[in-house]
Amino acid sequence: MFYREAGQFKASYAADQAILPIRQDKVGVLLLFAFALVIVPFIAPLYWLNSILIPFLIFSLAALGLNILTGYCGQLSLGTGGFMACGAFFSYKLTIAFPEVNIIVVFLLAGLGTAMVGVLFGLPSLRIKGFYLAVATLAAQFFLIWMFNKFGWWTNYSPSGVISAPPREVFGNVTVTGSSAPPEYKYIFLLLLVSFLALLAKNMVRSRVGRSWMAIRDMDIAAEIIGIRPMLAKLSAFAVSSFMIGISGALWAFTYTGSVEALAFDINRSFEVLFMIIIGGLGSIMGSFMGAAFIVLLPILLDNLPALLGIPLSIEMVSHLRLVIFGGLIIFFLIVEPHGLARLWQIGKEKLRLWPFPY
Amino acid sequence: MNQTAPSEMAEKDPKAPPERSFGEPMLTVDNISLSFGGVKALTNISFNILEHEIRAIIGPNGAGKTSMLNVINGFYHPQEGTITYKGNVRRAMRPHMAAAQGIARTFQNVALFKGMSTLDNIMTGRLLKMHNVRAPETGVWGLDHVLSFGAGALDFVTQCLYWGPNEKEEIRQRTYCEEIIDFLEIQDIRKTPVGRLPYGLQKRVELARALAMEPELLLLDEPMAGMNVEEKEDMSRFVLDVNDEFGMTIALIEHDMGVVMDISDRVVVLDYGRKLADGTPDEVRSDQGVIDAYLGVAH
Amino acid sequence: MNPRTLIIGIGSGLLAIPAVGFLIQGLSQLDSAIFFAWDFYAEVVVKGLLQGVMYALVALGFVLIFKASSIFNFAQGAMVLFAALAMVGFMEWGVHWILAFLLAGVVMVLVAFLIEKVVLRPMVNQPHIILFMATIGIFFVLDGVGQTIWGSNVKALDIGISRQPIVAFQGSLLPNGMFLDPTELVAAVVGALMVALLAVLFQYTKVGRALRAVADDHQAALSVGIPLKTIWAIVWSVAGIVALVAGVMWGSSLGVQFSLSLIALKALPVLILGGFTSIPGAIIGGLIVGAGEQVGEVFLGPLVGGAIQDWFAYMLAMLFLLFRPQGLFGEKIIERV
Repeated sequence: MFYREAGQFKASYAADQAILPIRQDKVGVLLLFAFALVIVPFIAPLYWLNSILIPFLIFSLAALGLNILTGYCGQLSLGTGGFMACGAFFSYKLTIAFPEVNIIVVFLLAGLGTAMVGVLFGLPSLRIKGFYLAVATLAAQFFLIWMFNKFGWWTNYSPSGVISAPPREVFGNVTVTGSSAPPEYKYIFLLLLVSFLALLAKNMVRSRVGRSWMAIRDMDIAAEIIGIRPMLAKLSAFAVSSFMIGISGALWAFTYTGSVEALAFDINRSFEVLFMIIIGGLGSIMGSFMGAAFIVLLPILLDNLPALLGIPLSIEMVSHLRLVIFGGLIIFFLIVEPHGLARLWQIGKEKLRLWPFPY
Repeated sequence: MNQTAPSEMAEKDPKAPPERSFGEPMLTVDNISLSFGGVKALTNISFNILEHEIRAIIGPNGAGKTSMLNVINGFYHPQEGTITYKGNVRRAMRPHMAAAQGIARTFQNVALFKGMSTLDNIMTGRLLKMHNVRAPETGVWGLDHVLSFGAGALDFVTQCLYWGPNEKEEIRQRTYCEEIIDFLEIQDIRKTPVGRLPYGLQKRVELARALAMEPELLLLDEPMAGMNVEEKEDMSRFVLDVNDEFGMTIALIEHDMGVVMDISDRVVVLDYGRKLADGTPDEVRSDQGVIDAYLGVAH
Repeated sequence: MNPRTLIIGIGSGLLAIPAVGFLIQGLSQLDSAIFFAWDFYAEVVVKGLLQGVMYALVALGFVLIFKASSIFNFAQGAMVLFAALAMVGFMEWGVHWILAFLLAGVVMVLVAFLIEKVVLRPMVNQPHIILFMATIGIFFVLDGVGQTIWGSNVKALDIGISRQPIVAFQGSLLPNGMFLDPTELVAAVVGALMVALLAVLFQYTKVGRALRAVADDHQAALSVGIPLKTIWAIVWSVAGIVALVAGVMWGSSLGVQFSLSLIALKALPVLILGGFTSIPGAIIGGLIVGAGEQVGEVFLGPLVGGAIQDWFAYMLAMLFLLFRPQGLFGEKIIERV
């Protein structure tokens, strides 16, 4: 009754192809964004900002990047961690060498650098498909982490091997990076940056470039007959994806942990982001956000659950059980809705259209 | 009645089909031989397809008909022989070259993008014709490459920003695709993911996607397979309309003899990778070799 | 695989080893950081080959499951760990190791049935990537449950294999002979036996034929009356027992510990090289990866600071893929339109 499209007719193709064609959706999303931008920074407790919202935004960007490559273009990649590390270390070297350059520009340049690395490791995709490609991307993952660990040049020969991200400012004296930056500034900065990149992603996905990606994913042989050049489509997917993942890695180091270390970007990170897009929904922009939220919130929930339920458990036991429950939830999720939270959301909206009627 | 004046004859026989005129040979295959390992799929096949005609390729299963189309398309590269398309002689085609030069194709087992909607599938057919930013052609070799690279990059940026030249182009192409949708009467399924459509409709969407490429030569691989009488009549009508209105040259593989005899101008018969007969439907129908091969009992 | 291919394969393998040796010898003349001596090289190669057999033991489990259900079982490594933990658990109760082995085998069969019932059955027609993700879920569950039941300390697994290195091949070429690890020798023998057994199973038994049919096309197999669920339970049980054998060998060598489950990641390049669907391929791939890794690490590693075995196998596999996407013995992927 409330969520009806009745009366909303589209008189032009432009209106039909809008990102949010249903008026309720458009209003809802804009309100949510306004709320997130204006109200949340002031009312959210520090813990929420630091440990939930900031990593959520960063992971959403990484998930977005991986979704473009794996969800939209069908190229399975397990190298996400390695590309995040690229973004982090490129940003570090650039900003230490050129401290006056605006940090946003630094991030964008680091993203471009990661895009080039991504294209390089994406070249095998021209010959290899499916799981075999996943192995090639694993080669990228292991090699990149080894390289960043091995060569002291990346950490400017720091004796401890761990370097802290320097504080940088945007628009005058608004510090957004480094451990000294206030979380509210970091949060707003991230919100704006991630939303902007998500908008670009959505535009790409509904344009020609996105369609050629999806054509490659669905049937790359048929795509060739249409005139799509598989090389161009696949490498552009790798490039765009690595760009976003690289920036997310830089943000991880600069605005979340405050330190740049290769260990944070190991194979577990790659799997984590892959889980996000599978659970959130492959081939869905919104799904990337939902999956990121799920993976960020789940461990916190699991850690607090025994306390809430009043069951005393040792820390070791909790970490073991967390593994079991995490694995069990993944299996459960994949059985119940293999297309992820985004599909569940769509089904929910379908039901909402009819509510309160049953059918 | 023995002798009647031509004008009277025309009046007396209004159902006589209008004169069809064909142009030069658009595609000629000469002595094409194709083998996979030890299996010879095609042996010394030569025939041509004239502009504006509807050419049928028929033969029993396994005769090599789909392989022939795959050679024309560029999926398979023949070991011997040449393909002459629009005057250019080639040893082999490449799929995206074929697409760029105006060859479009449908498949026996519908090759649609199952994850996308009908409209999106048809829009992918427009890919080669869509440009947000056009590079000027200067004719200078190196400069042209640089300009087209720059145009490509700028094009990508406009897609990221969507509103502006990209949206205009999208709407322009959408309008074109909607005309095709109207033509093939598939308006009510335009937003449905094609994976959910019944087989007959999927074949129609595939035809729509091929038409969206604005081809000069349309290759149809068993477009009427698995359809009932009504659907076959609809599809035949579409094929004839496409040939009539757009002047498109059509090569089609088909098993239904009624359809073949009705709509095609000339027929090529293949059997075990060799050419058995080549001529008008009537000539082929009365060829003893063809009858022996498989036209035994009436459908 | 016909005898001619086998001979060509073995022949080229035997030629490749000295060829690589000459190559490295040449490099060592150019760069002083590389040290080369023929007896040292031989020892490294043999050590690598034996290490490779250990990898292959794990890879065999992958191949089994992939061959019969086209699922890439990421949990294979966790199964190795779980099986080894079970066996050590029984041995800690004072059970003799042969009995513990059998009991652990029973445990793995039970685990297989459970996996089939809870995970595989509800996900029958899902695309492969979803099934792959499900096996990652199984990985976490097995890992967590194993650690909950048996704790996460390193445990010793002693089945009576001597720890003294055996000196072999003493002769004019190798005056000091070569030091060989008995555990790895036993593993080689065991590996060869298992490959033979599995090959016989797949080629010559009714069950094997059913397994191959299921791997090819689930629906077609169902329509000729092959009981899909039973077949899957059988395959995962066999894979579980293979995992147990691998777990025993690795556990004897390294001790039973968490990092065992990460062996799965090492098995991947083996599978790439050998082909995902080939049992002999798993062994050959393992040999190549093992030898390649050792030689690379020992001779080329010092050039770049060492620890290249992290990624060397993967790079090798990736380069290989570029020339032969289906691996040495895998089935060629033909795409029909």
